[in-house]
Amino acid sequence: MLPLDALPLAAESSNLLAAREQMAFTLGFHIVLASLGVALPATILAANYLGLKRGDRDAIELARRWSKAMAVTFAVGAVTGTVLSFEFGLLWPGFMDRWGGVFGVAFAIEGIFFFIEAIFLAIYIYGWKRLGGWAHFWSGVPMVVTGIGGAFSVVAANAWMNQPQGFTLNRAGEVIDTDPLRVLFNPATGYEVPHMILAAYMVTGFLVASIYAVGMLRGRRDRLHRLGLLIPLTIACVATPFQLFVGDTAAREIADHQPAKFAGMECIEETGAHQTEYLGGICTEDGVKGAIGIPDLNSFLVGWSADTEVTGLNDIPPDERPPANTLLHLSFDAMVGIGSALMLLAVWLALAWWRRREIPPTPWFLRAAAASGAGAIVALWCGWIVTEVGRQPWIVQGHMRTSEAVTEADGIWFSFGGVLLLYAALGTTAVLVLRGMSRRWREQGAEPEREGPYAPQKQGGGVAG
Amino acid sequence: MSKADAAAAILWIGATFYALFGGADFGGGLWDLVAGDAERGERPRALIQRSLTPVWEANHVWLIFVLVVLWTAFPPAFSAVFSTLYVPIALAALGIVLRGAGFAFRKSIEGLSGRRAMGATFALSSVLTPFFMGTVVGAIATGNVPPDGNGDAFSSWLEPLPLLTGAMFVATGAYLAAVFLIGDARRAGEVELERYFVRRAMGAAAIAGLAAAAGLVALHAEARYVFDRLVDQGRPLAILSALCGIALLAVLLRGGRRPLRPLAGGAVVAVIWGWGVAQFPYLLPTSLRIDQAAAPDPTLVAVFAVFAAAALLVLPSLALLYALSQRDLLEAEH
Repeated sequence: MLPLDALPLAAESSNLLAAREQMAFTLGFHIVLASLGVALPATILAANYLGLKRGDRDAIELARRWSKAMAVTFAVGAVTGTVLSFEFGLLWPGFMDRWGGVFGVAFAIEGIFFFIEAIFLAIYIYGWKRLGGWAHFWSGVPMVVTGIGGAFSVVAANAWMNQPQGFTLNRAGEVIDTDPLRVLFNPATGYEVPHMILAAYMVTGFLVASIYAVGMLRGRRDRLHRLGLLIPLTIACVATPFQLFVGDTAAREIADHQPAKFAGMECIEETGAHQTEYLGGICTEDGVKGAIGIPDLNSFLVGWSADTEVTGLNDIPPDERPPANTLLHLSFDAMVGIGSALMLLAVWLALAWWRRREIPPTPWFLRAAAASGAGAIVALWCGWIVTEVGRQPWIVQGHMRTSEAVTEADGIWFSFGGVLLLYAALGTTAVLVLRGMSRRWREQGAEPEREGPYAPQKQGGGVAG
Repeated sequence: MSKADAAAAILWIGATFYALFGGADFGGGLWDLVAGDAERGERPRALIQRSLTPVWEANHVWLIFVLVVLWTAFPPAFSAVFSTLYVPIALAALGIVLRGAGFAFRKSIEGLSGRRAMGATFALSSVLTPFFMGTVVGAIATGNVPPDGNGDAFSSWLEPLPLLTGAMFVATGAYLAAVFLIGDARRAGEVELERYFVRRAMGAAAIAGLAAAAGLVALHAEARYVFDRLVDQGRPLAILSALCGIALLAVLLRGGRRPLRPLAGGAVVAVIWGWGVAQFPYLLPTSLRIDQAAAPDPTLVAVFAVFAAAALLVLPSLALLYALSQRDLLEAEH
């Protein structure tokens, strides 16, 4: 039987699990839209630029369509992002109470970037008709800059949670002094920020390209589709090799700065040299089961020598070890595996383009491109699982446990259930709306115009093109 | 003025912008809600949609600005408010999601029934969201948020003053929206719609005035500290607000056409700053002072820098957006 005093503890940990699940779910939902918010403007402007420079009506039409889709994804991203900022207070009041004054500045900066992005996004999206071609193009450029700036600020805040610095505590553990620049430019900022910005460009590029790849597989091989595949795919393929380099650097940094996270994601039980690199498998206390093991490779990857000593979980106090090692390990492997597969796709496209100036003429290339969008999103989610679950049990590495940060409010499971239902409806409707737009474009060539929200369509009022 | 007071002023400036522009967008949703069936409400709804489409997301960001300044400059206050008033705050967040998504989807979804469902979602949540935000503000003024947080989840805001404040938020938004829409209708040359929103502006002004009067009684009963300072130090602002409101009514009654927006905005801004003066020096009257809640100085200085950047970059950008929008260079149907 449980001793009585264990019961409140059980209730507390239940709140913690519900809050973590809700945060993970809402962040996982938002991160896809946030990636589009960061990288879709550049993708659209690339098409817009080509269209203006070469007088290419197909490219202009693509930019126009994508900007309409962006009006939908940006709106959903804006509200789901707002939910996250509410959740800081609703789910993690203990975290905000002590650390809000330290890392909050990053979000204040993000607020400014987001503000400017929202403003110029509106000018660009709704300025198609009345602003002149190049003036309209330039009205979109601030979106690209602020998208990157916003990603920098938000990810710098997350990096700070992994590598906290830039504050002074008194004996009671209260923050008595801060250094906002050291907060922003903490050791993890250097690899987390480029990793996420490149991920945003990969997710956006592969996702948009995959939509056109599916269309081409269904026989729609017109110029619009080829251009719609090539522009975003080129952007994503250019980002991919840089991403592999940044990701590789990040893993080494984590081995250095967050050995518990590294041991969790690589299933390292015992500290020592000559660590085996395990691909796949299930992590147990007696070693990895069902994995493909490559002797010495892990040590080599960490320190360029098989003699490199890597910290194992046995040197981490039991109450400071990350939970769910198998989840961490498989997420990490899936991210790396998908990233490598996307790299092969990039090489394939590059070779074909170099030799023939053409998309590889086999349906297998289109199938691979069609899968790349979903693949990039899965890799993005896996990366965040590694970052966030791997930091547990800490919310601020080494300074505050997630259990100290969580709310005492009742009904978090209830709110999580509500959020699941709400987001299921939100995601479904968003996809339906986007698919409906795409169908109308195919059928009519352009969007019908309406006077009011419930008014009938105007006859022949659509924009040609 | 101390650094903490300056940071509080920045918070209030953000809240003022949000109340003016975000509030008017919520009010637009209310007028959409009560515009009648699809046929009768077609013209006002079309005007509301044209006016809101290019600006609502930018206006919404003021809320984010207020939240981040609150948690960065005054983390204990943020934490206390959110750990106590999580019920109305969560409902407001729900409303924000439904309002934004409903509005964005309505334009792009196929079929009249789908558009109606999205429109109803947008319009209804445009009323509920400011109501719950108002209850949060009213509960803070009442002194129901303990400085260490975790106050009662329900009795903290289910009281006359918070509920009346919620009603006042809704009415104020409706009032601002109607006044803004009068101008938009005139620019579009829609004389009938102009009169339509003149009537509604006067109605909303009367309701907002009544809610404010009832709020004063409740303030006297439930938030004595705030009441005493409002009628003392805050008196000039309270009088200014009333004068602006009366002047606007007089202009509308005489069929005058300006200045409408400055008077409506003046009435609202004076109330917000009157409330700020009345709460001073407390963030949570009367248990948490501005200086007690303030983050260390370097953080506050960083907040000032961010505010300066906002003033230099965001305000001109916003002015450009509004100018383009008011000159019909941006089109909802693109």
